[in-house]
Amino acid sequence: MSEDNKSKNREGRRNFLKLLGGGTLLASTSLIGCRPNKEEHGGTHKNVVPAGGMTYRVSSSTGDKVSILGYGCMRLPTVKNGSARDTEDEIDQEQVNAQVDLALAQGINYFDTSPVYCKGRSEHAMGIALKRHPRNTYYIATKLSNFSSAYWPEAESKAMYYNSLKELQTDYIDYMLLHAIGQSGTAQDGTQLNGMEALQARYFDNGILDFLMKEREAGRIRNLGFSYHGDIKVFDYMLSMHDKYKWDFVQIQLNYVDWHYAKEVNPNNTNAEYLYAELEKRNIPAIIMEPLLGGRLAKLPNYLSTRLKQRDPEASVASWAFRYAGTFPNVLTVLSGMTYMEHLQDNLRTYSPLIPLTEEELSFLHDETARLMIEYPLVPCTRCQYCMPCEFGIDIPSIFSHYNKCVTEGYIAKNTQDENYRKARQVFLVGYDRSVPKLRQADHCIGCGQCTFACPQGIKIPEELHRIGDYVEKLKRESL
Amino acid sequence: MVKRIRVILAILAILSLTLLFLDFTGTAHFWLGWMAKIQFLPALLALNVVSLLFLLLLTLLFGRVYCSIICPLGIFQDIVSWIHGLSKRGRFRFSFTPAKSWLRYTMLGVTLLLFVLGLQTWVGIIDPYAAYGRMVATFVSPLYRWANNFLADWAEKMDSYAIYSVDVWIKGGATFVIALLTLVVLAILSWKSGRAYCNTICPVGTILGLLSKHSLFVPVIDKEKCIGCGLCPRRCKSSCINPAERKIDYSRCVVCMDCMEVCKGKAISYRRRPTKATSSEKSGEVDMGRRSMLTASALFIASSSVKAAKKHVDGGLAYIEDKQIPNRQTPIVPPGALSINNLALRCTACQLCISACPSQVLRPSSDLSRLMKPESSYERGYCRPECTRCSSVCPTGAIQPITKEEKSSIQVGHAVFIKNNCIAFTKGVLCGNCARHCPTGAITMVPSDPKDESSIKIPAIDEERCIGCGACENLCPARPFSAIYVEGHQVHKII
Repeated sequence: MSEDNKSKNREGRRNFLKLLGGGTLLASTSLIGCRPNKEEHGGTHKNVVPAGGMTYRVSSSTGDKVSILGYGCMRLPTVKNGSARDTEDEIDQEQVNAQVDLALAQGINYFDTSPVYCKGRSEHAMGIALKRHPRNTYYIATKLSNFSSAYWPEAESKAMYYNSLKELQTDYIDYMLLHAIGQSGTAQDGTQLNGMEALQARYFDNGILDFLMKEREAGRIRNLGFSYHGDIKVFDYMLSMHDKYKWDFVQIQLNYVDWHYAKEVNPNNTNAEYLYAELEKRNIPAIIMEPLLGGRLAKLPNYLSTRLKQRDPEASVASWAFRYAGTFPNVLTVLSGMTYMEHLQDNLRTYSPLIPLTEEELSFLHDETARLMIEYPLVPCTRCQYCMPCEFGIDIPSIFSHYNKCVTEGYIAKNTQDENYRKARQVFLVGYDRSVPKLRQADHCIGCGQCTFACPQGIKIPEELHRIGDYVEKLKRESL
Repeated sequence: MVKRIRVILAILAILSLTLLFLDFTGTAHFWLGWMAKIQFLPALLALNVVSLLFLLLLTLLFGRVYCSIICPLGIFQDIVSWIHGLSKRGRFRFSFTPAKSWLRYTMLGVTLLLFVLGLQTWVGIIDPYAAYGRMVATFVSPLYRWANNFLADWAEKMDSYAIYSVDVWIKGGATFVIALLTLVVLAILSWKSGRAYCNTICPVGTILGLLSKHSLFVPVIDKEKCIGCGLCPRRCKSSCINPAERKIDYSRCVVCMDCMEVCKGKAISYRRRPTKATSSEKSGEVDMGRRSMLTASALFIASSSVKAAKKHVDGGLAYIEDKQIPNRQTPIVPPGALSINNLALRCTACQLCISACPSQVLRPSSDLSRLMKPESSYERGYCRPECTRCSSVCPTGAIQPITKEEKSSIQVGHAVFIKNNCIAFTKGVLCGNCARHCPTGAITMVPSDPKDESSIKIPAIDEERCIGCGACENLCPARPFSAIYVEGHQVHKII
C-alpha cells in the first residue's frame, strides 16, 4: 500500500468520526425535543421545563391575564455569578436576556422591578432585556421607591417616576406600587417617623398620590397599588381609603410561616391570614412577595425537609412554598427573585401548571411545619466543616449539632418555669460537655469572624456561638 | 451489744465522711455536711459553740467515744488494727504501757504554741480529720472519679444523662507527698500498736483525754469477778488497761468495748463510774463480730500517677496549648475566706473544699506558710457566679458561708491586663472575650490608641467593679499566658 492510500484512509476515518459526532449531536437534540412529550404522557423527568401549561390568573380590576409566577428582578445575576443585590459586580446582561427570553417563552408575563433594586441597576437591565420583545406580551411592575427623604419633595418623586419610564424604555407602567408602606422613615431633619407619618410624608403631603391617580386616568399607569411591610395601622388605613383610591392590587408578604406566625418571625409583621382576608373581602387582587421567607423556606432543616420529601420525593423544598402561595385564588401572581436559571426552571415546573394544595396540605404547611420552624430555631449547619479548623480551637460544627439535637428533641428550656426545665438543663449541659471538650466550647469564641466567610449556609457563626454561649451561661446560672 | 452499736456507728461515720470527700455533685454535703462540722478541730477553729458544747458533753458523759465513732482517722486506724487482729498472732498483740504523758502534753503544748504563733499549717498536718481528708482526696477520690467516668461513658452509650464525666488531675505535689507519708506512718502505727497515734501525738485525743478522765460512764473492771486471765490488756488497742492494778487509764480509753467482749468472766461493764474505783481482771477469748468492711481495702489502693489526659487532637481541630499559672504577687483565696490570714489561721487543710470545687479552681497551696490550704487559679476553669460550694462545705470557718448574691460583690482580687499577650496586638484580631464574659461588667473595650477611635480595641478594667472571679483570665484566647489575669487581694472587700 502506498503512502497516499494510507493518508486517504486516515482522512476517511476522520470524516466518518465527524459524521458520527454530528449525528450524536442531532440525536441528543431530538431527545431533548422529545422530553416535553414524555411529560405529557405522565413522565416526570426532572430538570426539564414543560412547554406551555403555565397557570394564569385574571385580575378582577383590569382583566389582565397574569402568569401565576411573577419574575422578581431584585436579584439579577452578575458576571461573577453572584446576585446583583449583594455585590457591586456588573450585571450579566447576557444572562438576564437569556432568562427573560426563557421566562417569556414559558409564559411568564409579569416582571417586578424597582428604581432601588440591584443597587439601582435593575430597571435599566430589565429595560434592555424586555425591549427585545413586543411590549404587549408582558406586564411591567415598578415602584415609587422614595424611601430617602431627599425624594419626598414632589419634584424629586416625579423625577423618580419619569426616570423609571426612561430606564424601562417604555411610555407606560402596567403595575405601579407605592413601595413598602408601613415602614418607618427618617425625615430630612433627622426625626424618626412612624409608619403613618412616613406614609403621609412620602405620598400624601407632597401630592404624589394624586399625581399617580392622574397618571392612571391618563393610561400611563394601568394598575395602581402598594406594597406593604410593617405597621398594620398603615395597611388598615390604606384599605379604608379603597373607595377613594380604588386600589387595583396590593402586594403583601405571604408564605406558610407568615400565615399564622408572622409575629414570631418579626414582631412588626402581621399574619398573612389577616392581610389576605382583608384583600379578599374587598376583592382586591393580591400579589405575593417573600413566598420563601427570604430563602428560609427553600433551605429547611433536615428533619423538616425530610417530612416534605416523604410526601413527594421529586418536588423541591421550595416548590411547596410556591404552591402554597399560589393556591389562594385571589392571588394574582407570586413573585420570585431568580438569580440562576435553575431557580427559574424549578419554579416553572412548579407552576406549569400549578397544582393547588389540598386543605390538608395547607394545614400541614402553615400549622405543623410552620410551628416546628418557629418553635425550634435551628442553626442551619450542615457539618460541611468548611469553617474548620477554627484558629482558636472551637469545634463549631459539634457545638451547632449538639444545639440542634437538643432543639429537635425538645430539650431547649425557655425559662426556669418550664415543665421539663430540669431535664432540659441536664441534657443540654451534660450532653454539651460530652460532645464538645470544654476548651472548644462556644464561650471560647472570640468573634474574629474568619469562619463566617467560609460558611456556605451564610450562618453568622460568631453570633450563633455567642447566642448558644449565653444560653449555656444562663442554664448554668439558672437565670433563664 | 454496746460494742455492736459502736461498730455500726463507726462504719456509718467513716462511710459518710469518706463520701463527703468523694462526692462532687453536692448531694452528700446536703445530707451529711454536718459530719464535718462536728469534727473537733474544725469546730474549734470555726468557734462553732454548738458543736464544741456537744463534744464536751459527749466526752464528759461517755468518755472518748468521739475517737471511736466520730473521728475518721480513729476509725481508719481501728480498721487497720482490726485487719491485723484477724490473724491469730495479731488478735492479742497489745500489752499495757504506761501513759507517755510527757509526749502527749508536749505535743499539745506545741500545738497551742503553733496556734499562738499563727503557724496553724503545721497543726493541720497532725489534725486527725484533715489528715484523713487528705488521704481520701488524694488516693481514693481519683479512683472514685475514674469509676464515675467509666459509668458516665456507659451512660452515654445508653443515652442517659444521669451521670457525667469529671476531670481527674493531681492538684498539689506537696499535698500528695504529705498524704502519702501520713498514710504510711499511720498504717504502720496502727498495724503494730493500735491507737498509738491517738494517745501520743493527736492533740485532739489529748484534750479529750483530759475530759474523759472525769466522764460519767466508763468501762469498769469488777475486781470481784475478774479472774486475772490477762486477756483484756492484750486486746486493748489503747494499751491502757493495767492488769496489775486492774485499772483502766480513762484518759487513753477510746471506749471501743473490745475488752468487754473478750472478758471471760463478764467482769468489765460499761456503766456509771463508781465512786470508789473498783476494777477487776478477767479474760476471755471472743471472736470479733461480723463486720463488713469492704471499704477498708479501697483505702490502701494508692494511685501514683494521675495524669489529666485531656488533649484530644482530632483532624479538623486546632491544637490548644495548655494555660500556665501566671506569677501572682498575691495568691487568690476563694470568696468567703475573708482574707488570706483568716484562711491561713483557720484552715486545717482537710481538702474538703478542694474536692468539692466543681470548676477545677481550688487546689492545695505549695507555699510553706499556707501548705496544703486552698488557693484559686484559673487555668482550668473560673470561679462560677452560681457556685458557693467551698463556702458551704468548710467546717472550720476558714471559708465562711456566703450566698450567690453576696458572692457577686466579694472582691477576692482584681484583673490585670498584659498588653503584650493580647491577641489584639499579637495577631491584630479584635477579640473582647474578656469583656463579653465579665459577670460584673467591669471590662469595657476601648481603642488601643486613645487618639484614634478606629484603632483596635483592648480591654480596660474597672478595678472597683472587678471581683476577681477569673472568667476573663480563663476565657482569654492568649496562651499559655493569658493577656488578662487576676491578682489576689490580702483582704477581701465588699464592693
